[in-house]
Amino acid sequence: MNSGIDLQGSFIQTLQDFGLPIGLAKAVWLPLPMLLMIVGATVGVLVVVWLERKISAAAQQRIGPEYAGPLGVLQPVADGIKLVFKEDVIPAKADPWLFTMGPVLVVVPVFLSYLIVPFGQNLVVTDLNVGIFLWISLSSIAPIGLLMAGYASNNKYSLLGGLRAAAQSISYEIPLALSVLAIVMMSNSLSTVDIVAQQSGYGILGWNIWRQPVGFIIFWIAALAECERLPFDLPEAEEELVAGYQTEYAGMKFALFYLGSYVNLVLSALVFAVLYLGGWEFFIPLDRLADWIGVAETTPWLQVLTASLGIVMTLIKAYFLVFIAVLLRWTVPRVRIDQLLDLGWKFLLPVSLANLLITAALKLSFPMAFGG
Amino acid sequence: MNLAEGVQIVSFGILAVMMIGTALGVVLLPKIVHSAFLLAGVFISISGLYILLNADFVAAAQILVYVGAVNVLILFAIMLVNKQEDYVELPGRTIRKVATGVVCFGLFALLGTMVLATPWSLSTTSPSVVDNTVIALGEHFFSDYLLPFELASVLLLMAMVGAIILARRDLIPESMADENTVTTGLTLPERPRELARLGSEEQDS
Repeated sequence: MNSGIDLQGSFIQTLQDFGLPIGLAKAVWLPLPMLLMIVGATVGVLVVVWLERKISAAAQQRIGPEYAGPLGVLQPVADGIKLVFKEDVIPAKADPWLFTMGPVLVVVPVFLSYLIVPFGQNLVVTDLNVGIFLWISLSSIAPIGLLMAGYASNNKYSLLGGLRAAAQSISYEIPLALSVLAIVMMSNSLSTVDIVAQQSGYGILGWNIWRQPVGFIIFWIAALAECERLPFDLPEAEEELVAGYQTEYAGMKFALFYLGSYVNLVLSALVFAVLYLGGWEFFIPLDRLADWIGVAETTPWLQVLTASLGIVMTLIKAYFLVFIAVLLRWTVPRVRIDQLLDLGWKFLLPVSLANLLITAALKLSFPMAFGG
Repeated sequence: MNLAEGVQIVSFGILAVMMIGTALGVVLLPKIVHSAFLLAGVFISISGLYILLNADFVAAAQILVYVGAVNVLILFAIMLVNKQEDYVELPGRTIRKVATGVVCFGLFALLGTMVLATPWSLSTTSPSVVDNTVIALGEHFFSDYLLPFELASVLLLMAMVGAIILARRDLIPESMADENTVTTGLTLPERPRELARLGSEEQDS
Protein backbone atom coordinates (compact mmCIF):
# COMPACT_ATOMS: atom_id res chain seq x y z
CA MET A 1 0.00 0.00 0.00
CA ASN A 2 1.62 3.27 -1.04
CA SER A 3 1.12 6.25 1.21
CA GLY A 4 -0.10 8.52 -1.58
CA ILE A 5 0.17 12.27 -1.22
CA ASP A 6 1.18 13.54 2.21
CA LEU A 7 -0.11 17.12 2.14
CA GLN A 8 0.64 17.76 5.80
CA GLY A 9 4.26 16.63 5.54
CA SER A 10 4.99 18.65 2.41
CA PHE A 11 3.21 21.76 3.73
CA ILE A 12 5.21 21.75 6.98
CA GLN A 13 8.38 21.05 5.02
CA THR A 14 7.73 24.04 2.75
CA LEU A 15 7.14 26.39 5.68
CA GLN A 16 10.32 25.13 7.33
CA ASP A 17 12.24 25.89 4.17
CA PHE A 18 11.03 29.48 4.52
CA GLY A 19 12.74 29.54 7.92
CA LEU A 20 9.80 29.00 10.30
CA PRO A 21 10.33 26.81 13.40
CA ILE A 22 8.61 23.41 13.20
CA GLY A 23 6.17 24.20 16.03
CA LEU A 24 4.92 27.31 14.26
CA ALA A 25 4.69 25.48 10.95
CA LYS A 26 2.50 22.82 12.57
CA ALA A 27 0.37 25.50 14.24
CA VAL A 28 -0.16 27.13 10.84
CA TRP A 29 -1.16 23.77 9.33
CA LEU A 30 -3.57 22.70 12.10
CA PRO A 31 -6.57 24.96 11.37
CA LEU A 32 -6.37 24.47 7.59
CA PRO A 33 -7.97 21.01 7.24
CA MET A 34 -10.59 21.87 9.85
CA LEU A 35 -11.57 25.10 8.08
CA LEU A 36 -11.59 23.29 4.76
CA MET A 37 -13.88 20.61 6.19
CA ILE A 38 -16.33 23.14 7.69
CA VAL A 39 -16.47 25.11 4.43
CA GLY A 40 -16.79 21.88 2.46
CA ALA A 41 -19.64 20.65 4.65
CA THR A 42 -21.48 23.96 4.32
CA VAL A 43 -21.05 24.05 0.55
CA GLY A 44 -22.20 20.41 0.48
CA VAL A 45 -25.38 21.48 2.25
CA LEU A 46 -26.01 24.23 -0.32
CA VAL A 47 -25.67 21.62 -3.06
CA VAL A 48 -28.03 19.23 -1.27
CA VAL A 49 -30.66 21.92 -0.74
CA TRP A 50 -30.54 22.77 -4.43
CA LEU A 51 -30.67 19.08 -5.38
CA GLU A 52 -33.58 18.49 -3.04
CA ARG A 53 -35.55 21.33 -4.61
CA LYS A 54 -34.74 20.25 -8.16
CA ILE A 55 -35.35 16.53 -7.62
CA SER A 56 -38.57 17.22 -5.71
CA ALA A 57 -39.68 19.43 -8.57
CA ALA A 58 -38.85 16.72 -11.09
CA ALA A 59 -40.72 14.13 -9.02
CA GLN A 60 -43.81 16.36 -9.09
CA GLN A 61 -43.36 17.46 -12.73
CA ARG A 62 -42.52 21.04 -11.81
CA ILE A 63 -39.52 23.12 -12.83
CA GLY A 64 -38.26 24.13 -9.40
CA PRO A 65 -35.99 27.08 -8.65
CA GLU A 66 -35.09 28.80 -11.89
CA TYR A 67 -34.39 32.54 -11.58
CA ALA A 68 -31.63 32.74 -8.92
CA GLY A 69 -28.52 32.02 -10.97
CA PRO A 70 -28.29 29.49 -13.82
CA LEU A 71 -30.77 26.64 -13.17
CA GLY A 72 -31.48 28.24 -9.81
CA VAL A 73 -28.21 27.17 -8.22
CA LEU A 74 -28.09 30.34 -6.12
CA GLN A 75 -31.49 29.62 -4.54
CA PRO A 76 -30.03 27.97 -1.38
CA VAL A 77 -27.65 30.94 -0.97
CA ALA A 78 -30.64 33.26 -1.16
CA ASP A 79 -32.45 31.13 1.44
CA GLY A 80 -29.43 31.29 3.72
CA ILE A 81 -28.99 35.07 3.41
CA LYS A 82 -32.70 35.60 4.03
CA LEU A 83 -32.53 33.53 7.23
CA VAL A 84 -29.41 35.35 8.44
CA PHE A 85 -31.11 38.74 8.24
CA LYS A 86 -34.46 37.60 9.62
CA GLU A 87 -35.45 38.86 13.06
CA ASP A 88 -34.43 36.51 15.85
CA VAL A 89 -37.56 36.01 17.95
CA ILE A 90 -37.48 34.43 21.40
CA PRO A 91 -40.98 33.64 22.71
CA ALA A 92 -42.03 35.61 25.79
CA LYS A 93 -42.20 32.77 28.29
CA ALA A 94 -39.42 30.67 26.78
CA ASP A 95 -36.20 29.89 28.59
CA PRO A 96 -33.78 32.13 26.65
CA TRP A 97 -30.56 30.26 27.50
CA LEU A 98 -31.82 26.79 26.69
CA PHE A 99 -33.65 28.16 23.64
CA THR A 100 -30.33 29.44 22.26
CA MET A 101 -28.23 26.45 23.27
CA GLY A 102 -30.56 23.87 21.69
CA PRO A 103 -29.71 24.47 17.99
CA VAL A 104 -26.01 24.83 18.86
CA LEU A 105 -25.97 21.42 20.56
CA VAL A 106 -27.65 19.89 17.53
CA VAL A 107 -25.25 21.37 14.97
CA VAL A 108 -21.82 21.16 16.64
CA PRO A 109 -21.59 17.34 17.04
CA VAL A 110 -22.57 16.86 13.39
CA PHE A 111 -19.76 19.12 12.19
CA LEU A 112 -17.33 17.45 14.63
CA SER A 113 -18.13 14.08 13.09
CA TYR A 114 -16.61 15.23 9.81
CA LEU A 115 -13.24 14.66 11.52
CA ILE A 116 -13.34 11.00 10.62
CA VAL A 117 -14.63 11.10 7.03
CA PRO A 118 -11.78 10.05 4.73
CA PHE A 119 -11.49 11.22 1.11
CA GLY A 120 -8.22 9.37 0.47
CA GLN A 121 -5.41 7.52 2.20
CA ASN A 122 -4.11 10.78 3.74
CA LEU A 123 -7.05 13.04 2.94
CA VAL A 124 -8.71 12.87 6.34
CA VAL A 125 -8.63 15.40 9.18
CA THR A 126 -7.52 12.78 11.72
CA ASP A 127 -7.23 9.02 11.39
CA LEU A 128 -8.41 8.11 14.88
CA ASN A 129 -8.18 4.67 16.42
CA VAL A 130 -11.81 4.90 17.50
CA GLY A 131 -12.89 6.34 14.12
CA ILE A 132 -16.41 5.26 13.39
CA PHE A 133 -17.22 4.86 17.09
CA LEU A 134 -16.67 8.61 17.49
CA TRP A 135 -19.39 9.23 14.90
CA ILE A 136 -21.84 6.98 16.78
CA SER A 137 -21.11 8.58 20.13
CA LEU A 138 -21.24 12.14 18.80
CA SER A 139 -24.55 11.49 17.10
CA SER A 140 -25.94 10.52 20.52
CA ILE A 141 -25.49 14.11 21.76
CA ALA A 142 -28.05 15.49 19.29
CA PRO A 143 -31.15 14.21 21.23
CA ILE A 144 -30.11 16.40 24.18
CA GLY A 145 -30.18 19.46 21.94
CA LEU A 146 -33.57 18.42 20.54
CA LEU A 147 -35.02 17.90 24.03
CA MET A 148 -33.56 21.25 25.07
CA ALA A 149 -35.11 23.04 22.09
CA GLY A 150 -38.45 21.32 22.62
CA TYR A 151 -38.55 22.07 26.32
CA ALA A 152 -37.32 25.66 26.15
CA SER A 153 -39.87 26.74 23.52
CA ASN A 154 -42.68 26.53 26.08
CA ASN A 155 -45.03 25.05 23.50
CA LYS A 156 -46.90 21.73 23.55
CA TYR A 157 -46.07 20.87 19.96
CA SER A 158 -42.40 21.67 20.52
CA LEU A 159 -42.17 19.51 23.64
CA LEU A 160 -43.93 16.60 21.92
CA GLY A 161 -41.69 16.97 18.89
CA GLY A 162 -38.57 17.09 21.02
CA LEU A 163 -39.57 13.99 23.00
CA ARG A 164 -40.45 12.16 19.78
CA ALA A 165 -37.14 13.14 18.21
CA ALA A 166 -35.17 11.93 21.21
CA ALA A 167 -37.13 8.66 21.41
CA GLN A 168 -36.63 8.09 17.69
CA SER A 169 -32.93 8.73 17.65
CA ILE A 170 -32.33 6.60 20.74
CA SER A 171 -34.25 3.65 19.28
CA TYR A 172 -32.57 3.77 15.89
CA GLU A 173 -29.10 4.26 17.27
CA ILE A 174 -28.99 0.63 18.40
CA PRO A 175 -29.60 -1.06 15.00
CA LEU A 176 -27.27 1.54 13.47
CA ALA A 177 -24.48 0.72 15.91
CA LEU A 178 -25.03 -3.03 15.51
CA SER A 179 -24.82 -2.89 11.72
CA VAL A 180 -21.66 -0.77 11.97
CA LEU A 181 -20.30 -3.32 14.42
CA ALA A 182 -20.65 -6.08 11.83
CA ILE A 183 -18.47 -4.03 9.44
CA VAL A 184 -15.97 -3.31 12.21
CA MET A 185 -15.76 -7.01 12.96
CA MET A 186 -14.92 -7.75 9.33
CA SER A 187 -12.24 -5.09 9.07
CA ASN A 188 -10.73 -5.66 12.55
CA SER A 189 -10.56 -1.93 13.13
CA LEU A 190 -12.72 1.04 14.06
CA SER A 191 -10.65 3.41 11.92
CA THR A 192 -12.43 4.58 8.77
CA VAL A 193 -9.22 4.44 6.73
CA ASP A 194 -8.73 0.77 7.67
CA ILE A 195 -12.37 0.00 6.82
CA VAL A 196 -11.85 1.36 3.29
CA ALA A 197 -8.48 -0.37 2.95
CA GLN A 198 -10.14 -3.70 3.78
CA GLN A 199 -12.55 -3.22 0.83
CA SER A 200 -9.84 -2.28 -1.67
CA GLY A 201 -8.13 -4.54 -4.16
CA TYR A 202 -11.04 -6.05 -6.11
CA GLY A 203 -12.78 -2.90 -7.32
CA ILE A 204 -16.56 -2.95 -7.08
CA LEU A 205 -16.59 -6.66 -6.18
CA GLY A 206 -14.71 -6.07 -2.93
CA TRP A 207 -17.16 -3.55 -1.51
CA ASN A 208 -18.89 -4.42 1.74
CA ILE A 209 -22.32 -4.06 0.18
CA TRP A 210 -21.99 -7.62 -1.21
CA ARG A 211 -20.84 -9.05 2.11
CA GLN A 212 -23.41 -7.19 4.21
CA PRO A 213 -26.65 -7.28 2.18
CA VAL A 214 -28.81 -7.12 5.29
CA GLY A 215 -26.51 -4.78 7.17
CA PHE A 216 -26.57 -2.03 4.58
CA ILE A 217 -30.36 -1.94 4.40
CA ILE A 218 -30.61 -1.73 8.19
CA PHE A 219 -27.94 0.96 8.22
CA TRP A 220 -29.74 3.02 5.60
CA ILE A 221 -33.12 2.78 7.34
CA ALA A 222 -31.56 3.67 10.69
CA ALA A 223 -29.54 6.51 9.15
CA LEU A 224 -32.68 7.98 7.54
CA ALA A 225 -34.43 7.77 10.90
CA GLU A 226 -31.48 9.44 12.65
CA CYS A 227 -31.58 12.28 10.10
CA GLU A 228 -35.37 12.60 10.53
CA ARG A 229 -35.92 12.24 6.82
CA LEU A 230 -39.21 11.08 5.38
CA PRO A 231 -40.61 8.40 5.89
CA PHE A 232 -39.35 8.94 9.45
CA ASP A 233 -39.79 12.70 9.89
CA LEU A 234 -42.28 12.29 12.74
CA PRO A 235 -40.67 14.86 15.07
CA GLU A 236 -41.67 17.58 12.63
CA ALA A 237 -44.71 15.95 11.06
CA GLU A 238 -46.63 18.95 9.77
CA GLU A 239 -50.14 17.55 10.09
CA GLU A 240 -49.71 16.55 13.70
CA LEU A 241 -47.17 18.82 15.33
CA VAL A 242 -46.97 22.03 13.24
CA ALA A 243 -43.17 21.72 12.96
CA GLY A 244 -42.21 19.81 16.10
CA TYR A 245 -39.34 21.23 18.08
CA GLN A 246 -38.70 23.85 15.38
CA THR A 247 -42.11 25.49 15.76
CA GLU A 248 -40.99 28.53 17.77
CA TYR A 249 -37.70 29.05 16.00
CA ALA A 250 -37.01 31.76 13.44
CA GLY A 251 -34.06 33.36 11.74
CA MET A 252 -30.58 32.03 12.28
CA LYS A 253 -31.57 29.55 15.00
CA PHE A 254 -34.02 27.90 12.63
CA ALA A 255 -31.31 28.00 9.98
CA LEU A 256 -29.01 26.09 12.35
CA PHE A 257 -31.56 23.28 12.67
CA TYR A 258 -32.03 23.29 8.91
CA LEU A 259 -28.26 23.26 8.32
CA GLY A 260 -27.78 20.56 10.94
CA SER A 261 -30.32 18.22 9.38
CA TYR A 262 -28.83 18.55 5.90
CA VAL A 263 -25.22 18.28 7.13
CA ASN A 264 -26.31 15.15 8.97
CA LEU A 265 -27.85 13.74 5.79
CA VAL A 266 -24.64 14.34 3.81
CA LEU A 267 -22.59 12.92 6.68
CA SER A 268 -24.71 9.77 6.82
CA ALA A 269 -24.38 9.36 3.07
CA LEU A 270 -20.59 9.80 3.31
CA VAL A 271 -20.35 7.27 6.15
CA PHE A 272 -22.53 4.86 4.16
CA ALA A 273 -20.17 5.30 1.20
CA VAL A 274 -17.17 4.64 3.44
CA LEU A 275 -18.67 1.62 5.18
CA TYR A 276 -20.41 -0.15 2.31
CA LEU A 277 -19.38 1.38 -1.01
CA GLY A 278 -15.61 1.30 -0.69
CA GLY A 279 -15.05 4.96 0.21
CA TRP A 280 -12.66 6.55 -2.26
CA GLU A 281 -12.13 3.35 -4.30
CA PHE A 282 -12.89 3.40 -8.03
CA PHE A 283 -15.13 0.73 -9.64
CA ILE A 284 -12.04 -1.07 -10.92
CA PRO A 285 -8.82 -1.47 -8.92
CA LEU A 286 -6.70 1.47 -10.11
CA ASP A 287 -3.33 0.28 -8.82
CA ARG A 288 -3.64 -2.98 -10.78
CA LEU A 289 -4.63 -1.04 -13.89
CA ALA A 290 -1.57 1.19 -13.48
CA ASP A 291 0.57 -1.89 -12.99
CA TRP A 292 -0.88 -3.41 -16.15
CA ILE A 293 -0.23 -0.29 -18.25
CA GLY A 294 3.27 -0.12 -16.80
CA VAL A 295 3.12 3.08 -14.73
CA ALA A 296 4.88 2.94 -11.38
CA GLU A 297 2.75 3.55 -8.29
CA THR A 298 4.93 6.45 -7.17
CA THR A 299 4.58 8.48 -10.38
CA PRO A 300 3.53 12.02 -9.32
CA TRP A 301 0.80 12.51 -11.95
CA LEU A 302 -0.72 9.11 -11.13
CA GLN A 303 -0.82 9.99 -7.43
CA VAL A 304 -2.51 13.33 -8.13
CA LEU A 305 -4.95 11.57 -10.47
CA THR A 306 -5.87 8.85 -7.94
CA ALA A 307 -6.22 11.39 -5.12
CA SER A 308 -8.58 13.62 -7.10
CA LEU A 309 -10.46 10.60 -8.43
CA GLY A 310 -10.80 9.43 -4.80
CA ILE A 311 -12.41 12.70 -3.72
CA VAL A 312 -14.71 12.68 -6.76
CA MET A 313 -15.69 9.04 -6.18
CA THR A 314 -16.51 9.62 -2.49
CA LEU A 315 -18.67 12.61 -3.39
CA ILE A 316 -20.39 10.79 -6.28
CA LYS A 317 -21.30 7.87 -4.02
CA ALA A 318 -22.50 10.17 -1.24
CA TYR A 319 -24.62 12.30 -3.59
CA PHE A 320 -26.09 9.19 -5.20
CA LEU A 321 -27.29 8.17 -1.74
CA VAL A 322 -28.65 11.68 -1.14
CA PHE A 323 -30.54 11.33 -4.43
CA ILE A 324 -32.07 8.07 -3.19
CA ALA A 325 -33.05 9.76 0.07
CA VAL A 326 -34.81 12.57 -1.80
CA LEU A 327 -36.59 10.10 -4.07
CA LEU A 328 -37.70 8.11 -1.01
CA ARG A 329 -39.17 11.32 0.38
CA TRP A 330 -41.62 11.56 -2.52
CA THR A 331 -42.38 7.86 -2.93
CA VAL A 332 -42.86 6.53 0.61
CA PRO A 333 -45.63 7.65 2.97
CA ARG A 334 -44.83 8.71 6.52
CA VAL A 335 -45.12 6.00 9.18
CA ARG A 336 -47.06 6.45 12.42
CA ILE A 337 -45.14 6.86 15.68
CA ASP A 338 -46.16 3.39 16.95
CA GLN A 339 -45.20 1.83 13.61
CA LEU A 340 -41.88 3.63 13.82
CA LEU A 341 -41.06 2.33 17.29
CA ASP A 342 -42.33 -1.16 16.40
CA LEU A 343 -40.11 -1.23 13.32
CA GLY A 344 -37.10 -0.11 15.33
CA TRP A 345 -37.41 -2.32 18.39
CA LYS A 346 -39.27 -5.38 17.16
CA PHE A 347 -37.87 -5.78 13.67
CA LEU A 348 -34.59 -3.93 13.07
CA LEU A 349 -33.04 -4.74 16.46
CA PRO A 350 -33.44 -8.56 16.25
CA VAL A 351 -32.51 -8.60 12.57
CA SER A 352 -29.37 -6.57 13.15
CA LEU A 353 -28.41 -8.81 16.09
CA ALA A 354 -28.87 -11.87 13.88
CA ASN A 355 -26.85 -10.15 11.15
CA LEU A 356 -24.04 -9.56 13.64
CA LEU A 357 -24.06 -13.21 14.75
CA ILE A 358 -24.10 -14.49 11.17
CA THR A 359 -21.23 -12.18 10.27
CA ALA A 360 -19.26 -13.54 13.24
CA ALA A 361 -19.98 -17.11 12.15
CA LEU A 362 -19.00 -16.38 8.52
CA LYS A 363 -15.85 -14.64 9.68
CA LEU A 364 -14.84 -17.76 11.60
CA SER A 365 -15.70 -20.18 8.79
CA PHE A 366 -14.50 -18.15 5.74
CA PRO A 367 -11.67 -15.96 7.06
CA MET A 368 -10.55 -15.30 3.47
CA ALA A 369 -13.71 -13.48 2.37
CA PHE A 370 -14.84 -11.99 5.65
CA GLY A 371 -11.59 -10.61 7.02
CA GLY A 372 -9.92 -13.23 9.26
CA MET B 1 7.58 23.89 26.25
CA ASN B 2 6.53 22.80 22.77
CA LEU B 3 3.20 23.20 21.00
CA ALA B 4 1.65 19.91 22.14
CA GLU B 5 2.37 20.53 25.83
CA GLY B 6 0.99 24.07 25.64
CA VAL B 7 -2.22 22.88 24.00
CA GLN B 8 -2.56 20.16 26.63
CA ILE B 9 -2.14 22.57 29.55
CA VAL B 10 -4.58 25.10 28.11
CA SER B 11 -7.20 22.45 27.32
CA PHE B 12 -6.78 20.92 30.77
CA GLY B 13 -7.43 24.33 32.31
CA ILE B 14 -10.53 24.91 30.17
CA LEU B 15 -11.88 21.41 30.86
CA ALA B 16 -11.25 21.66 34.62
CA VAL B 17 -12.99 25.03 34.88
CA MET B 18 -15.87 23.74 32.73
CA MET B 19 -16.25 20.59 34.81
CA ILE B 20 -16.18 22.31 38.21
CA GLY B 21 -18.44 25.11 36.99
CA THR B 22 -21.06 22.78 35.50
CA ALA B 23 -20.89 20.44 38.51
CA LEU B 24 -21.52 23.37 40.87
CA GLY B 25 -24.38 24.41 38.58
CA VAL B 26 -25.91 20.91 38.83
CA VAL B 27 -25.97 21.19 42.63
CA LEU B 28 -26.84 24.84 43.08
CA LEU B 29 -29.32 25.78 40.34
CA PRO B 30 -32.95 25.95 41.49
CA LYS B 31 -34.55 24.46 38.37
CA ILE B 32 -34.05 20.73 38.01
CA VAL B 33 -34.09 20.84 34.19
CA HIS B 34 -31.13 23.21 34.16
CA SER B 35 -29.28 20.86 36.50
CA ALA B 36 -29.99 17.93 34.19
CA PHE B 37 -28.69 19.78 31.14
CA LEU B 38 -25.59 20.92 33.01
CA LEU B 39 -24.97 17.30 34.01
CA ALA B 40 -24.36 16.64 30.31
CA GLY B 41 -21.70 19.35 30.45
CA VAL B 42 -20.01 17.56 33.38
CA PHE B 43 -19.98 14.28 31.45
CA ILE B 44 -18.59 15.90 28.31
CA SER B 45 -15.78 17.60 30.25
CA ILE B 46 -14.90 14.28 31.90
CA SER B 47 -14.73 12.77 28.42
CA GLY B 48 -12.38 15.60 27.41
CA LEU B 49 -10.13 14.74 30.35
CA TYR B 50 -10.08 11.11 29.18
CA ILE B 51 -8.90 12.31 25.77
CA LEU B 52 -6.08 14.25 27.46
CA LEU B 53 -5.10 10.97 29.17
CA ASN B 54 -4.94 9.22 25.74
CA ALA B 55 -7.95 7.05 26.60
CA ASP B 56 -9.79 7.70 23.33
CA PHE B 57 -12.14 4.71 23.46
CA VAL B 58 -13.17 5.41 27.05
CA ALA B 59 -13.81 9.05 26.11
CA ALA B 60 -16.11 8.08 23.22
CA ALA B 61 -17.86 5.47 25.37
CA GLN B 62 -18.32 8.07 28.12
CA ILE B 63 -20.18 10.35 25.69
CA LEU B 64 -22.22 7.49 24.22
CA VAL B 65 -23.29 5.99 27.55
CA TYR B 66 -23.50 8.93 29.93
CA VAL B 67 -24.55 11.77 27.63
CA GLY B 68 -26.42 9.77 25.00
CA ALA B 69 -28.22 7.33 27.29
CA VAL B 70 -28.13 8.17 31.00
CA ASN B 71 -28.62 11.89 30.69
CA VAL B 72 -31.32 11.59 28.02
CA LEU B 73 -33.17 9.16 30.30
CA ILE B 74 -32.94 11.62 33.20
CA LEU B 75 -34.31 14.36 30.94
CA PHE B 76 -37.12 12.10 29.76
CA ALA B 77 -38.05 11.33 33.35
CA ILE B 78 -38.08 15.03 34.27
CA MET B 79 -40.12 16.04 31.23
CA LEU B 80 -42.69 13.25 31.46
CA VAL B 81 -43.36 13.65 35.20
CA ASN B 82 -45.19 16.95 35.05
CA LYS B 83 -46.14 17.43 38.67
CA GLN B 84 -46.85 20.92 39.94
CA GLU B 85 -46.00 20.99 43.61
CA ASP B 86 -45.34 23.79 46.07
CA TYR B 87 -42.00 23.71 47.76
CA VAL B 88 -42.36 22.55 51.39
CA GLU B 89 -39.43 22.65 53.80
CA LEU B 90 -38.62 19.27 55.24
CA PRO B 91 -38.28 19.11 59.04
CA GLY B 92 -34.75 18.98 60.39
CA ARG B 93 -33.32 20.57 57.29
CA THR B 94 -30.20 21.98 58.95
CA ILE B 95 -29.20 18.57 60.34
CA ARG B 96 -29.58 17.04 56.87
CA LYS B 97 -27.46 19.77 55.34
CA VAL B 98 -24.74 19.40 57.96
CA ALA B 99 -24.73 15.61 57.56
CA THR B 100 -24.45 15.95 53.76
CA GLY B 101 -21.63 18.43 54.18
CA VAL B 102 -19.74 16.09 56.51
CA VAL B 103 -20.13 13.13 54.12
CA CYS B 104 -19.05 15.20 51.13
CA PHE B 105 -16.04 16.61 52.94
CA GLY B 106 -15.07 13.10 54.11
CA LEU B 107 -15.24 11.80 50.53
CA PHE B 108 -13.23 14.77 49.32
CA ALA B 109 -10.55 14.22 51.98
CA LEU B 110 -10.38 10.49 51.16
CA LEU B 111 -10.02 11.09 47.42
CA GLY B 112 -7.58 13.94 48.03
CA THR B 113 -5.23 11.77 50.09
CA MET B 114 -5.53 9.03 47.46
CA VAL B 115 -4.57 11.49 44.71
CA LEU B 116 -1.60 12.77 46.70
CA ALA B 117 -0.43 9.31 47.77
CA THR B 118 -0.47 7.67 44.33
CA PRO B 119 2.62 8.02 42.13
CA TRP B 120 1.09 9.18 38.83
CA SER B 121 4.06 9.71 36.51
CA LEU B 122 4.57 7.04 33.85
CA SER B 123 7.66 6.63 31.70
CA THR B 124 7.05 6.40 27.96
CA THR B 125 8.47 2.87 27.89
CA SER B 126 6.12 1.55 30.60
CA PRO B 127 3.87 -1.36 29.55
CA SER B 128 0.81 0.62 30.53
CA VAL B 129 1.43 3.03 27.63
CA VAL B 130 -0.48 1.35 24.81
CA ASP B 131 -0.84 2.26 21.17
CA ASN B 132 -4.31 0.93 20.40
CA THR B 133 -6.53 1.28 23.45
CA VAL B 134 -9.37 -0.77 21.95
CA ILE B 135 -7.22 -3.90 21.68
CA ALA B 136 -5.74 -3.40 25.15
CA LEU B 137 -9.22 -2.99 26.66
CA GLY B 138 -10.51 -6.09 24.89
CA GLU B 139 -7.60 -8.16 26.13
CA HIS B 140 -8.18 -7.02 29.70
CA PHE B 141 -11.92 -7.70 29.48
CA PHE B 142 -11.41 -11.29 28.41
CA SER B 143 -8.49 -12.16 30.70
CA ASP B 144 -7.95 -10.59 34.11
CA TYR B 145 -11.18 -8.55 34.25
CA LEU B 146 -13.45 -11.32 32.94
CA LEU B 147 -15.41 -11.79 36.17
CA PRO B 148 -16.34 -8.11 36.71
CA PHE B 149 -17.21 -7.83 33.01
CA GLU B 150 -19.56 -10.83 33.11
CA LEU B 151 -21.04 -9.76 36.45
CA ALA B 152 -21.81 -6.34 35.02
CA SER B 153 -23.55 -7.90 32.02
CA VAL B 154 -25.64 -10.17 34.28
CA LEU B 155 -26.57 -7.13 36.37
CA LEU B 156 -27.67 -5.23 33.26
CA LEU B 157 -29.70 -8.24 32.09
CA MET B 158 -31.45 -8.39 35.47
CA ALA B 159 -32.24 -4.69 35.29
CA MET B 160 -33.62 -5.11 31.77
CA VAL B 161 -35.86 -8.07 32.73
CA GLY B 162 -37.07 -6.10 35.74
CA ALA B 163 -37.91 -3.10 33.59
CA ILE B 164 -39.86 -5.27 31.16
CA ILE B 165 -41.84 -6.87 34.00
CA LEU B 166 -42.64 -3.47 35.49
CA ALA B 167 -43.70 -2.07 32.15
CA ARG B 168 -45.93 -5.04 31.25
CA ARG B 169 -48.61 -4.80 33.92
CA ASP B 170 -50.37 -7.97 32.73
CA LEU B 171 -47.47 -10.00 34.14
CA ILE B 172 -48.05 -8.82 37.72
CA PRO B 173 -50.63 -11.03 39.48
CA GLU B 174 -53.88 -9.31 40.54
CA SER B 175 -53.71 -10.18 44.25
CA MET B 176 -50.32 -8.57 44.67
CA ALA B 177 -51.48 -5.35 43.11
CA ASP B 178 -54.62 -5.18 45.27
CA GLU B 179 -52.73 -5.65 48.54
CA ASN B 180 -50.54 -2.73 47.72
CA THR B 181 -53.12 0.02 48.21
CA VAL B 182 -51.42 1.91 51.04
CA THR B 183 -50.54 5.39 49.78
CA THR B 184 -47.65 7.24 51.35
CA GLY B 185 -46.25 10.63 50.53
CA LEU B 186 -43.88 8.94 48.10
CA THR B 187 -46.53 7.07 46.06
CA LEU B 188 -46.69 8.28 42.47
CA PRO B 189 -50.08 9.29 41.15
CA GLU B 190 -50.79 6.32 38.89
CA ARG B 191 -53.42 5.45 36.38
CA PRO B 192 -56.21 3.45 38.09
CA ARG B 193 -55.72 -0.28 37.77
CA GLU B 194 -59.29 -0.94 36.53
CA LEU B 195 -58.77 1.17 33.44
CA ALA B 196 -55.54 -0.57 32.64
CA ARG B 197 -57.25 -3.96 32.90
CA LEU B 198 -60.09 -2.85 30.70
CA GLY B 199 -57.64 -1.68 28.09
CA SER B 200 -55.79 -4.99 28.05
CA GLU B 201 -59.06 -6.95 27.79
CA GLU B 202 -60.04 -4.91 24.79
CA GLN B 203 -56.76 -5.74 23.16
CA ASP B 204 -57.15 -9.45 23.91
CA SER B 205 -60.60 -9.80 22.41
